[in-house]
Amino acid sequence: MNKLLKISPSPHVTGKETTGKLMFGVVIALLPALAATIWFFGWAALLVTAVSVVSCVIFEFLITKYILKKTPTINDGSAVVTGLLLAFCLPVNLPVWIIIIGALVAIGVAKMTFGGLGNNPFNPALVGRVFLFLSFPVQMTTWPVPRGFATGYADAETGATALSILNENYDKGNIDSLLNTPGSELPGYSQLFWGEMGGSLGEIAAFALILGLIYMLAKKIITWHIPVSILGTVAVFTALLWLANPSSNIDPLYHLMSGGLLLGAIFMATDYVTSPMSGRGMIVYGIGIGVITVLIRRFGAYPEGVQFAILIMNAFTPLINTYLKPVRFGEEVKHG
Amino acid sequence: MLKTFPKGGVHPPENKLSSVSPVEVLPTPQQVVIPVSQHIGAPASPVVKKGDMVKAGEVIATGQGFVSANIHSSVSGKVLKIDKMPDSTGYKQLSVIIDVEGDEWDPAIDRSETVVREISLSAEEIVKRCNAMGIVGMGGATFPSHVKLSVPPGKKCDILIINGVECEPYLTSDHRIMIERGEELLTGVTIIMKALGVERAIIGIENNKPDAIENLTSLAAAFSGISVQPLSVKYPQGGEKQLIRALIKREVPSGKLPIEVGTVVHNVGTAVAVYEAVQKNKPLIERVVTVTGKDLARPCNLLVRIGTPVADLINFAGGIPESTAKIVNGGPMMGKAISTPEVPVTKGTSGIILFTEEEAVRNPSGPCIRCGKCITACAMGLEPFLLMTLASRALTERMEKERIMDCMECGSCSYICPASRPLLDYIRLGKQLTGKVIRERSHK
Repeated sequence: MNKLLKISPSPHVTGKETTGKLMFGVVIALLPALAATIWFFGWAALLVTAVSVVSCVIFEFLITKYILKKTPTINDGSAVVTGLLLAFCLPVNLPVWIIIIGALVAIGVAKMTFGGLGNNPFNPALVGRVFLFLSFPVQMTTWPVPRGFATGYADAETGATALSILNENYDKGNIDSLLNTPGSELPGYSQLFWGEMGGSLGEIAAFALILGLIYMLAKKIITWHIPVSILGTVAVFTALLWLANPSSNIDPLYHLMSGGLLLGAIFMATDYVTSPMSGRGMIVYGIGIGVITVLIRRFGAYPEGVQFAILIMNAFTPLINTYLKPVRFGEEVKHG
Repeated sequence: MLKTFPKGGVHPPENKLSSVSPVEVLPTPQQVVIPVSQHIGAPASPVVKKGDMVKAGEVIATGQGFVSANIHSSVSGKVLKIDKMPDSTGYKQLSVIIDVEGDEWDPAIDRSETVVREISLSAEEIVKRCNAMGIVGMGGATFPSHVKLSVPPGKKCDILIINGVECEPYLTSDHRIMIERGEELLTGVTIIMKALGVERAIIGIENNKPDAIENLTSLAAAFSGISVQPLSVKYPQGGEKQLIRALIKREVPSGKLPIEVGTVVHNVGTAVAVYEAVQKNKPLIERVVTVTGKDLARPCNLLVRIGTPVADLINFAGGIPESTAKIVNGGPMMGKAISTPEVPVTKGTSGIILFTEEEAVRNPSGPCIRCGKCITACAMGLEPFLLMTLASRALTERMEKERIMDCMECGSCSYICPASRPLLDYIRLGKQLTGKVIRERSHK
């Protein structure tokens, strides 16, 4: 043997998982929701998604290459995920230029200013969405009524979302009659489940999001801690409110399936970079998101609170990481 | 549900290519290089000089102090020189080099094949004998066994654990020992039980070795107090603390030894070595080594004299394949890459693995995406991503607080990291820095 042998410290084998594969897995998990939204809103939904994804990737490329003067990192797929998630919380009739501004804020401000992947304290897609929500309140809360794949939607035909209808009626005390009146504009459970209602692109179809959750759990892309603690907290909190006063509150199942809760709990709150790292930290984080969401939904001015809840708890993530360490081996001495 | 340890762990591909190859005896080499430090603790001091004639089994270096071990000649022949030679760590070590002449053994050694089950030695004599025979832990850590054969004053031991896990991928030497030398192994376990004064022993074996489980279970019926416990497959189950947790649900506290929770762990290979030392008067001069690799012609398990060049083993297994880019001494998760196949087999060499160019590639590392997979994988409940950052900034106080010294360097974090970050490399660095600070403090 005359060639030199390689020397390196152990381990000498590595797993097959890569950052790119994990991000690709998230993209796969988002496909059912994409398919559902195209089914209800037509090709326009795909256009919004494409514009968002392409602008996120291009902004990341340009910023890394020309401003940071580093090798572009777009191959890791994180910009694609951000683009998809941003699109999923936009209404389908949003003008293209607003989408591009959203992408610039998401990637340029929320992600790259902090140093790119792994360093951003807040979920980039949500920062983009909240920026648009506050800057273009009219366009961002105009929800076209879905008319199916062939027709898509009509600009003139807009309606309120389930949560905004509820928000206007909580104090009137007529929630139970609203839900049980045939022909009421409040969507029923099956509409919530299958997605035939007004809302942002990715949040409408509960079943598609749940499919994504099952896929990510099966592939071990995420763990159960965050989605289960968020959804569990929302269910318990809203159940208490509902049991106390059914005419001024909607039942927990309705809360779970409406608005952006599933999209947020499954895809936004579980963002690796901005969520805690230990199991117990994740659970505290999830409970926090659940409580804040219900508080905003039921008692705040906005009909939906998931986005703010996640961003608020993002801010707590470093604190949670500092105080909620994983359980160390030997911490609880056992004598069998 | 089979038992296992609950916290952390990974599942690297097993690749046990040589698990069905019976142990073959490697012909005696022409020359052996026997380092005087093959164990944890003080190096032994040579007692032979250039030109001396030695027999196989003769002491050539004596242990210095309690935590040390005697070194014996593994061959008969003439001492060529005593010199510094590179060993598997890559550093030069004082070694006795012997030119082999014939194969004459020390007459005190019983070389017959009959299994002697009657134990005539007392507990104290067993400890003394193992000390004299240079027995060390054969699982890879090479801790002198006599230290772990007596219970320190004030401590209690109620159960002996025998490690037949062999959780490292590729390695099969313990597996073959459990199949081929079951009776000697169990006698060895009985000897260790006697030395420690315990009534009960559990042999933990992962269930990817059903033949070994079956063999030892049926043989154990004839031995009192020994049971076999199958375990589900998970790395690093062979880690002492993990194995104790898996088998008897006790957690060894941070910085303490297993005796703290009333147990002692010995490897199956060590049990056989103890048997040979006590019943056959045979020092530790040969061991079973797995020689393996995906492109190797004939992956096998070999009974090798200590001091044999690694190259001899590879040649016996079909020669070094053209594709070889890295040779690892030990398992792929914790073994050491060696720079040349000329280094000798020592008491701790459990395997030699040849990796191809493709397998030897280290992926370029990317930014930490804080996925937490390293935390999930850590069997000690540590935060490798954090320790890496702390180590890179040499924050020893923080590292100590975050329990960096608990890390056993199993490599699960580096293995699992999707960004291929060199977590363990930095943690080792951090352990060195922190260990130094701790030592300096205790000296004050």
